[in-house]
Amino acid sequence: MINNIGLEHYLILSAILFSIGLYGALAKRNAIVILMSIEIMLNAVNIAMVAFSRYITPSLLTGQVFVIFIMVVAAAEAAVGLAIIIAIYRSHDTIETTKIDLMKW
Amino acid sequence: MGLDIAFWILAVIGIAAALTVVLLRNVFRAALSLILCFLTVAGIYATLSADFLAAVQVLIYIGGISVLIILVIMLTREVQRGSPSNKLQFPAFLVAILFLMVVAFALINTPWQVSMLPPLEPTTAALAGKLLGEGGFILPVEIAAVLLLAAILGAIVLVREK
Repeated sequence: MINNIGLEHYLILSAILFSIGLYGALAKRNAIVILMSIEIMLNAVNIAMVAFSRYITPSLLTGQVFVIFIMVVAAAEAAVGLAIIIAIYRSHDTIETTKIDLMKW
Repeated sequence: MGLDIAFWILAVIGIAAALTVVLLRNVFRAALSLILCFLTVAGIYATLSADFLAAVQVLIYIGGISVLIILVIMLTREVQRGSPSNKLQFPAFLVAILFLMVVAFALINTPWQVSMLPPLEPTTAALAGKLLGEGGFILPVEIAAVLLLAAILGAIVLVREK
């Protein structure tokens, strides 16, 4: 009935993926890689949501509904973020975040 | 037993793919391993008996977002320069490790009230009832539609040639 793999395994996996994404978002220079790290973080959160929905409230599915909304927002975020990256590349000829410092004093 | 093996394989491949995304210097290869990471996440959903979400993950992330990311990599020609780390590499690593340790500590020490009920399967009809049915999430669904429209318009305005 109950498997060896439990809620904690999924949550730890989610935490590990989130940490990897956090490191990438903080430590990388290329704006596209930063966006990819943010996508990894969103996926990690989704895993946690689905795991809670599966193990805590298996009959309610509210966690899965939230995951659908997170996916919608992630798709919108990816579209707008990549459009911003293209606009910055047109005006600055680079997408290295250390060189885009117009608003840095 | 089968689920256990599937979970471990998917978890190891997924973490390895995510590490590859962060550590590789070649941006294009990082995007390809990001696709592998998305695919393993879809498999993880399948092991959690979230069949609809696994399909949606493949459709949206692998079919949509990955294609968008690869398209932008092609458009910006940053592949040769790669993706070096900035000066904050060591503090970022420290922050990530600290975050992981704190979260793992909290997760392991929390007494989760795990339900013994079997998972709902298949989930598609139940999800549709939840999203569109009585007392469900119909207002957020409408707002999500407006958000997507706004995002599409914003993306078009941002990349349009003046």
